[in-house]
Amino acid sequence: MPKRLSVVDVDLCVGCQCCMFACNRRFGESGYSRTSIHVQSSGGFEHGFIVKVCRACADPPCVKVCPTGALTKRPGGGVILNYTKCIACANCVKGCTIGAIFWDDVMDKPTVCVYCGYCAGYCPYGVIKLEELEGGEA
Amino acid sequence: MMLATDLSKVLYINLTSRRCWVEEKPELFRAWIGGTGVGIRLLEKECPPGADPLGPENPIIISIGYFNGIYPLASKAIAMFKSPLNGNLGESHAGGRCAVALRMAGLGAVVIKGRSETPVYLVIDGEKVRFREASALWGMESCSTVGRIIRDIESGSGIRAIMRIGIAGERMVKYACVTTETYRHFGRLGLGAVFGSKKLKAIQISGRESFKMKDPKSYRQIYDSLFSTFKSPLMKKYHDLGTPMNVLPLNATKTLPTKNLLNEQYDGAEALSGERIAENFLGRRTACAHCPVSCIHVAALREPYENEPYFYKTKMISYDYEPIYALAAMLDIRRAEDYLRLMDKVEEVGVDAMSTGVALSWATEAMERGIIKPEDAGGLELKWGDYRAYIKAVDCIARRKYPLFDAMAEGVLFAAKKYGGDEFALAFGGNEMPGYHTGPAAYVGYITGARHSHLDGAGYSIDQKMACSGKAGSPPEVAKLLFDEESVRQVLSSLAVCYFARGAYTLDVVSKCFRPMGIEISADELANIGRAILKAKYAFKYREGFSLEKECTKLPARIFERATPLGMVKREDLIEAVMAFERLVRGD
Repeated sequence: MPKRLSVVDVDLCVGCQCCMFACNRRFGESGYSRTSIHVQSSGGFEHGFIVKVCRACADPPCVKVCPTGALTKRPGGGVILNYTKCIACANCVKGCTIGAIFWDDVMDKPTVCVYCGYCAGYCPYGVIKLEELEGGEA
Repeated sequence: MMLATDLSKVLYINLTSRRCWVEEKPELFRAWIGGTGVGIRLLEKECPPGADPLGPENPIIISIGYFNGIYPLASKAIAMFKSPLNGNLGESHAGGRCAVALRMAGLGAVVIKGRSETPVYLVIDGEKVRFREASALWGMESCSTVGRIIRDIESGSGIRAIMRIGIAGERMVKYACVTTETYRHFGRLGLGAVFGSKKLKAIQISGRESFKMKDPKSYRQIYDSLFSTFKSPLMKKYHDLGTPMNVLPLNATKTLPTKNLLNEQYDGAEALSGERIAENFLGRRTACAHCPVSCIHVAALREPYENEPYFYKTKMISYDYEPIYALAAMLDIRRAEDYLRLMDKVEEVGVDAMSTGVALSWATEAMERGIIKPEDAGGLELKWGDYRAYIKAVDCIARRKYPLFDAMAEGVLFAAKKYGGDEFALAFGGNEMPGYHTGPAAYVGYITGARHSHLDGAGYSIDQKMACSGKAGSPPEVAKLLFDEESVRQVLSSLAVCYFARGAYTLDVVSKCFRPMGIEISADELANIGRAILKAKYAFKYREGFSLEKECTKLPARIFERATPLGMVKREDLIEAVMAFERLVRGD
């Protein structure tokens, strides 16, 4: 069963960005430049936070705008990015309705969640969780 | 992509000429490990001796250290400047996102000099600097509106810090603060006034760097062990109720300064306790970047509009122990909502909560004794517990209205010198007193701490331990404990780790944390660096005319009149301990 990262309860988010650092740490590095999850305030800290991450759409708009077939549908929902085919046109970044495709400054290519769940292990309050996609519908 | 050891860039910005450039200083950072250590070295170089703190020559230095953006709980940025409040070392630490934003911009420090002719705000993205017109933001009522506007017109959502001043900073109130991410502050010693003197309204900093480790595997292991401490007993108090958890225990031990230290126990303690505020008002928790603790507790205060039925506003106001001490206990405000309303005003104009509360409590007592009259205050009468009057007074301080508030804007000592009542003007080293009447170590720490802060050497903690063990230390012992603690803390504030994580980051752990980055440095070497930093800070203080001996002649009589759990504090004991500290810090 394919998995996806689910934002369980965004109101629990304290904006610590430990998930963003975790995503980058997958590569043994620290920082922001390769993260595939993004936390920002919802118009100031007093209003809470927004968590942006790929929700593994059944029919992903980003795939439709990829001119080289670098982004393909993952069986069950979500996408797989083939970096070899990607020409860094950034159409997918613009094409994602929820803004969940980011730019990897190191590769100079887009970056999108690979549904590994590493970040969820560092969310102190259970805001995000890796969960199974049922019937491919998000 | 940078290496984790790449911490060397100092971004210089001159507001007069509107020029900026980057200088690489790898040796400086390697020797002084960033933050406080690098900050003091830059300050002694960039600040000419005898500089006017509000003149263009006074630099603003904001620096970070090796662990920012690399390890969890390393969330502090360090500001260094010559303080307009006490005329010597200005040093203030803030969390929020500024430390991580600076690191992600690939920078180690920013040095801002000169003075803009017209109001300006800076946008720093990596090494790029833009000077933006801020005339329309100048004079704006609320500090948070300024943040909201910059947030809207600049990009960088989620990866930036926005530091700004309120009207108090613009009018150079000597304890004006700089606010970052709405709820965190470079609070003490008047950085906001220095911003104001330069016509600098705000700074946005952002970046998206990454840092490569020499040994990624052990990096992740050490990271995990540090990360897991956030729910441990080491940080439980900050995690659960936050710093207001201190209200009840300090009150129970009769160590919570109340009504300008006319008392040390406070009738509002229950209502203003961390427990009750959480129960009745806690609306949200937030965190500094890269810190899972989320110690920032934000109260939701729902208020009706008086003249519009069925209209309400809900204010989100952060609360902490020190502001509760200064703005509630010291002013005898006994209802949480009244304290929150006053706190909201303090945030709006951008003044240090502790200095403001101490100045107001002095003024209230002085008015009660007839030393000052309502006429000095534009007819405003200050009475214990009258939060409405205090809200007006804060506004007057920020705008420097009426002779009394204009004097209070210079600090409590200045006001007491002008009007009298210096025996109950509670400031040490020119900085208004923190909220611990725990015993002699607290006071020795206020006098000797390089920042005159309770966080320098944590004297209150020394007192509390001595009170528990029933054994008071001798003055030289107290001095040694304070000196050692303040020295170790220089290492943490150089890296720059939040002091709340001091239990997790022992010097041995710090030494281990350096290894995956490819830096070998022993705990002993770190301890030496810590002592050297403290001495360097003192060298700056001495250079600018600070004298511990002179400070000992200015102690307010009030502190010797109220008992502590360790008995009455004795003047001669304090002086003996202060002089012992001086010998340690001078190294002889």
